Amino acid sequence: MIVYIVLIPLLTALITPILGMFNKKTSFYLALLNAFATFFIVILTIKKVYIYGPEKYWFGGFEPPYGIEYVVDSINAIILFIISLVFIFSVIYSKKSLEEEVENKRLTLMYTMINLYYTGILGITITGDIFNLYVFIEITSLSAYTLIAMGKNKKALMASYNYLILGTIGATFILIGIGYIFMATGSLNMYDIKLRLPAVYSSKMVRTGFAFLTLGLCLKLALFPLHTWLPNAYTYAPSAIGALLAGTGTKVSAYALIRILYSVFTLEFDSKIIPFNFILLILSCVAIISGSFLAISQKNLKKMLAYSSVGQIGYISLGLSIANLNSLQGSIIHIFNHSLMKVSLFFIAGGIFIKYGYENINELKGIGRKMPYTMFFFLLSSMSLVGIPFTSGFISKWYLILGALEQSYYLVIPVIIISSSLSFIYLWRVIEMAYFDKKEDTMHDVKEVPLSMLVPIGFSSLLCVFFGIYPKLPISLAEQAANIILGK
Amino acid sequence: MNMSTESFIILIPATALVSSLLIYLFRKENLIVYLSSIIASILMFIFVIFLGKEIYLTGNISYNFLSISKTINIKFVADKPAILFASIASFLWIITNFFSIGYLKGTKDKKVAKFFYFFALTLFATTALAFSANLITLFFFYELITLFTYPLVTHKGDTESIKAGRKYFVYLIGLSLFFFLLAIFLTYSLKHILDFYETGIFDGSEDKKALLIILAMFLFGIAKAAVMPAHGWLPTAMVAPTPVSALLHAVAVVKAGVFSLYRVLNNVFTIDVLSSINGHYLIIIFASITIIFASIIALRQDNLKLMLAYSTVSQLSYIVLSFGLLNKISIIGGLTHMLTHAFGKITLFFCAGAIYVTTHKTKISELDGIGRKMPLTMIAFTIGSLSIIGMPLFAGFISKFLILKGVYYSNMYFVFVIFGSSTLLNAAYFFPIIYRAFMKVSKQDNEKYKEAEPFLLYPLLVTAFFTVLLFFLSGFIFKYLGDV
Repeated sequence: MIVYIVLIPLLTALITPILGMFNKKTSFYLALLNAFATFFIVILTIKKVYIYGPEKYWFGGFEPPYGIEYVVDSINAIILFIISLVFIFSVIYSKKSLEEEVENKRLTLMYTMINLYYTGILGITITGDIFNLYVFIEITSLSAYTLIAMGKNKKALMASYNYLILGTIGATFILIGIGYIFMATGSLNMYDIKLRLPAVYSSKMVRTGFAFLTLGLCLKLALFPLHTWLPNAYTYAPSAIGALLAGTGTKVSAYALIRILYSVFTLEFDSKIIPFNFILLILSCVAIISGSFLAISQKNLKKMLAYSSVGQIGYISLGLSIANLNSLQGSIIHIFNHSLMKVSLFFIAGGIFIKYGYENINELKGIGRKMPYTMFFFLLSSMSLVGIPFTSGFISKWYLILGALEQSYYLVIPVIIISSSLSFIYLWRVIEMAYFDKKEDTMHDVKEVPLSMLVPIGFSSLLCVFFGIYPKLPISLAEQAANIILGK
Repeated sequence: MNMSTESFIILIPATALVSSLLIYLFRKENLIVYLSSIIASILMFIFVIFLGKEIYLTGNISYNFLSISKTINIKFVADKPAILFASIASFLWIITNFFSIGYLKGTKDKKVAKFFYFFALTLFATTALAFSANLITLFFFYELITLFTYPLVTHKGDTESIKAGRKYFVYLIGLSLFFFLLAIFLTYSLKHILDFYETGIFDGSEDKKALLIILAMFLFGIAKAAVMPAHGWLPTAMVAPTPVSALLHAVAVVKAGVFSLYRVLNNVFTIDVLSSINGHYLIIIFASITIIFASIIALRQDNLKLMLAYSTVSQLSYIVLSFGLLNKISIIGGLTHMLTHAFGKITLFFCAGAIYVTTHKTKISELDGIGRKMPLTMIAFTIGSLSIIGMPLFAGFISKFLILKGVYYSNMYFVFVIFGSSTLLNAAYFFPIIYRAFMKVSKQDNEKYKEAEPFLLYPLLVTAFFTVLLFFLSGFIFKYLGDV
C-alpha cells in the first residue's frame, strides 16, 4: 500500500497539465484531492506501523538488495505525517496566494510543480534505497527551483539561480558519495549497506564517500554556514511556496541526514572513524546563535523568519549530534513542531504581503487592530517558537536540554537559552509594532486575510499550542524512532 | 474532601478569566466592564475564603489539571501560604477596581476596556501562580504575569512607555529565561522531580556547589522579587497608570516573585538543605544590601511614585531576608509581611494617584500644604507610612516584630543593625513628606482644589482602615498560619 504515497502525487502531477489544458480551475482541486488522499493513506500507514511494525514494499516485486525497497517505520512515520499535514494547509492557502502572485496562465504549471515537489519529498521520506534517495532529492530540488523562480519580485530569479547552483553542488556531492559507497559495498539498499559497511569502515573509499554524502546533505539542510541559498529563496518565492518549502524542504533533508547517519552508517562509525557528531555539534551551536543574530538584524519580515529557520535547523542537527534517547527525541519532535510553527508564520507574513503589500516590519504599525485574528495566531506561533511552556516549542527544547545535560554538554544550554531570548526579541519587535505602537491611520478599508488563508493559518498555529498541551502523539512516535536509531 | 473542593482551586483563577472574557465581549459598554470586573473580584475573594476555611479544616488539597507527559503537568495545590497570597490579591483587587474607575475617569482615559481586560488577566495569572504545585506550572504563570502586565505598563502608548516596556521585558523575561528556567532544568536533571514537596526536592545528598549555584539562579532568576541587582525593572514600571502601580507593582506582581521564592526555598530546598549548603548567607547578604541601598535611593527621589517604588524594593527584601533566617517564626513573619506591606503600600500608591488626579502633582517638592486641602488623603498617607516604618498600632509592626524575633532565634545579630538603620531610613523619607503636607504653606496660595472624588477617596480610606485593623487582627492571622 505504501507505494501509493508516492504514486498518487506523481500521477496527479502528470494529469494536472492535461486537465489544465481544458480548464485551469481543475489544477487547484486536483492538488487538494491529492493532498487529502495522500494524507488519508499516510494515516492508515502510520496506524499499521504503530501496531504491526515496519511496512515494506518491493518495487516490481524484485527482492532487495537488487530491487528498490520502500520502507515506512517509526522514524519516517512522523515525518510523513507532518509533511502531508503541512501540504494540505499549503494547498488550501495556495489558492488565493497564487491567484494574486502568479500570472494566471502559469497556474497549471505551478500546480504541476507543486505536486512533483510533493512526490519528491514523500519519496525521500519512504525510500529504502540510497540511489533512489538521490533521484528524489533531484526531483524535489528541480521542482523547487522552478517554483521559487515564479515569485513576483525580480529577485526571485536570482534567488532561484543561487539555489540552483548550490543545490546542484549539493546533489553532485551526494551522488559522488553514493558512488563511493557503492564501490566499497556493491549495494544500494540501505539495510544491506548497513550490514556490509562495518567490514570496510576503515577503507578510504568509505570515508571519502561519507564526507561527500554528509556535506551534500548539510547543504540541502541549509546548516550554517551552508545556508546562504535559503533566506532569499524563502523570501522571494510566492508566499504559499515559501511556506511550503519552509515547512517541508529542510525537514526532509534533516530526515535524510538521520537515515544516512544512523540507518546506513552507525554510531560506531562515528566513534571509531570520523567524529562527525562532534563537528555537527559545534556547527549546530554556531548555527543556532548566528541564525538568531542574523534574524534580529533583518528588516524584512519573511527574511527574518527565514534566518530564524537557519537557527532552528541548528536545533534539529544539535539533537542528532548529541545522539542519546532524549536528544534524538527532541530533534525529531522539533522537526515536527518547527514545521507547524514556521508554516504558520510564513502563511501570516504572506497574508500581510498579499493584503497590504507590506514586507518590512516597521510598516506593520497597528496591524494588530486591523487583522486581530491573524495577529493573534502570529502571537501563538511566536510563543511556540520562543518555547514558552505549554506550547509545542517548549516540548522539543525540553528534550534537547535534557539530552545535553545527560551527556554533560553543559555549554549547549546557554546556547539554547540565548537563542530563545534572541528569538523572543525578534518576534516581539513584530508584536510590539502590531499592537502597541501608535497607529497611523493610513490603512482604512483593509481587513482580515480571506477565509481560505485564515483557516490554514488558524489550524497550524492552534496545532502548535495543541501539541504543546497534548504532545502524546509526537512524543510516542519520536520515542519509538529514537529507540530504533539507537538500536534498542 | 470531595471532587467539588478539588476543582474549587481552578474556580478561583477561572473567575478572573471569565470576567476578562466578558470584558472583551462587552468592551463597548463601560458599565458592564466595571460590573463584571467588580463582581468577579468579589466572587474570587469569597471563593478564596471558602477554600481557606476548607483547607484549615481538612488539610491541603491538590488537583492535577492536565498531564502533558510523565514529568510535565499542570498541577495546583492549595495550602495556607497560597490562600494568604490569593486572598491578599483578590481582596485588594475589589478595592482597586473602584479606584481604577475613579482614576480612569479623572485622567479622561478612553481605553477603559483594555485596562480592565488585562487587569483581570493579570489577576488570573497571579492566582494561578499562587496555587501552582510544581515548578513548571509556577514558571508558566510567572511568565504569563509578565506578558499580561506589559500592555498595562505601556498603557500610555508614547515612546517613553514603550521604552520602559522593553526594559521591563529585558529584566523579567530575560532573567527568568536565563536563570529561572535553567535552574528548573538543572533541578530536573539532578532529581527528575518538579513537584513541590513539604520535604523539599533536594535532600542534601547532592553536590553542594551545584546546589549553591542553583540557589543563586533561583534568587536572581525570579526577578519579580527585585533582589538587587535584579530590581531595575520596578522603578521603570512606574510609567504605568497609578492603579497598576498600586495593585500590580506593589502587590500582585512583586508578591508573586516573593511567593515563588518562598516556594523554591521551602518546597524545593528546605531549611535543612539551605543550612547545610550555607545558602542562607547568600540570601541574607543580598537581601540586606537591597534593604539598605534601596532605602538610600528612595531617600533621594523627588518623584513620589519612584520613591514608593524604591521603598517597595527595600520592603520586598525584608520578606526575602526572613526566608533566609531559617526558622519558622521568621518565615511566618515574612508571609505576614506580604500581607501588611500590601495594605500599607497600596494605601500610599492610592494617595499618590488621588493627588495626581486632583492636582496633577507628581513631585514630593510640590506637596507643600497639601494636608490642609486634602486632609483625609494625607491622613491615610500618614497611616500607610507609619505602617511601612513599623510603628506599633499599625499592621507593619507585627510582621517586622516577628521577623526580628526570628533574627533573635537564628543568632544573626548583625541583621538587627540592618533593621534598625532601615527603619531610620524609612522614617527619613516618609516624615519630611508628612511634615511638608501638614506644616508647610504652599507658595502658590491661589490653588483651588479639594479632597479627591469619592471613587478615589473611599478606596484609600478603606485600605488605610484595614492597615490599622490588621494590627488588632494579628492574633487571628497567626492562628491561621500557625504551623506553616
